[in-house]
Amino acid sequence: MLTKRIIPCLDVKGGRVVKGTSFVQLRDAGDPVELASFYYKEGADELVFLDITATPDGRDTMVDVVERISQKVFMPLTVGGGLRTIDDMRRMLKAGADKVSINSAAVLKPAIIREGADKFGSQCIVVAIDAKRKTNGKHPQWEVFISSGQKPTGIDAVEWAKRAVELGAGEILLTSMDADGHRAGYDIELTRAISESVSVPVIASGGAGSIEDLYQALVSGKADAVLAASIFHYGIHSIHETKEYLAEKGIPVRM
Amino acid sequence: MIAVIDYGAGNLRSVTNAIAALGYEPKVTSSPADVLAAEVVILPGVGAAGDTMQSLKKQGLADAICRSIADNRPFLGICIGLQVLFTGTEEGGWHECLNVIPGRVRKLPPGLKIPHMGWNQVRQKTSHPVFEGIPDGADFYFVHSYCAEPDDKTVVLGETDYGITFCSAIARGNLVATQFHPEKSGELGLKMYDNFIKHALA
Repeated sequence: MLTKRIIPCLDVKGGRVVKGTSFVQLRDAGDPVELASFYYKEGADELVFLDITATPDGRDTMVDVVERISQKVFMPLTVGGGLRTIDDMRRMLKAGADKVSINSAAVLKPAIIREGADKFGSQCIVVAIDAKRKTNGKHPQWEVFISSGQKPTGIDAVEWAKRAVELGAGEILLTSMDADGHRAGYDIELTRAISESVSVPVIASGGAGSIEDLYQALVSGKADAVLAASIFHYGIHSIHETKEYLAEKGIPVRM
Repeated sequence: MIAVIDYGAGNLRSVTNAIAALGYEPKVTSSPADVLAAEVVILPGVGAAGDTMQSLKKQGLADAICRSIADNRPFLGICIGLQVLFTGTEEGGWHECLNVIPGRVRKLPPGLKIPHMGWNQVRQKTSHPVFEGIPDGADFYFVHSYCAEPDDKTVVLGETDYGITFCSAIARGNLVATQFHPEKSGELGLKMYDNFIKHALA
């Protein structure tokens, strides 16, 4: 049976992990290579790196970081943040990333999804969607935001997810902007709405504060994978105890 | 020489990183002569099987691979590197493949998320040196939308469930191929590479 994936997410700026971590085991918790190795040994199923540096120099640094991580960590790596062109994607994949995540660039120029899928295969192309709740009630709606959540687009998140998959996205990385950072749980309705609308796997992101939140996203939200940052980085829960909890509740996980 | 075949499409980095981590020096090559001279041939692959076949043929690699396998030289195929060994694939219309292993490659059945992406269990159907030290039912990392159906079931080395039970690894003589990615499957994946190479070079 396919297991549900538990994915820590690292924000990297200028080659350093930001939103620091508090692992006493690590000599340098800001070193993405060391942190990636730590999560690898702990049993994470995959890692996502978001490059939040917006400069060309930062991009070079990120390529170097990905190269070094892929020499030590033998599990799937997704890299996103500021990727604009096919060439940006190629550099990350060549450096050792398995998948690239595109967000604003995909909304501004949807053809890049098709082009990327044709060149590298759909399995490499993750479309990241930042969605904000527009209406509540019986038929809630969510709007897609771009530019790190700064710009509303007027595009419906469910419609956009379907379109992205039609164009060749192999996976959707879905972040609820309302829930993100609050550690009060994922937006379950949003997660389910997207997961039920597309044929590809959906990673739920934004809002994880407890292991129960992860469980809810997987069961009620029908997510295929859950992404979390602070609950892992701050050592609130280890990957191992997260998986033990989920396994006890009947969720298939890799131990 | 451990030859890792570069036909221009696949991302080889993770495969060469895994082999290098085990202390070997893989040679990335697109030369048919290297394939014929190598002690171990590894064919990685991502993307579409039809495109891969076209590239292999164009570069003279298809013949070299077939000859190497016919001589029973150690060969490891990964993902698309497994699929192209079959008679043909339904991906993107019917495409003839290497026909080293009679059988066809079909789309995974509808109803579940496609691609089949993530960690899933591999049931070991025969005892084989590549599985040494690897528990039966261990999880490996998959990402694929098509799966192979060998005509001769005795080549099935591993099986995995995803809506259906499909063949996730094959073995015949010194040939081994996996639908999953051992280079992305943590320590047990590395162990599998190590087993294969050790056995091949022994």
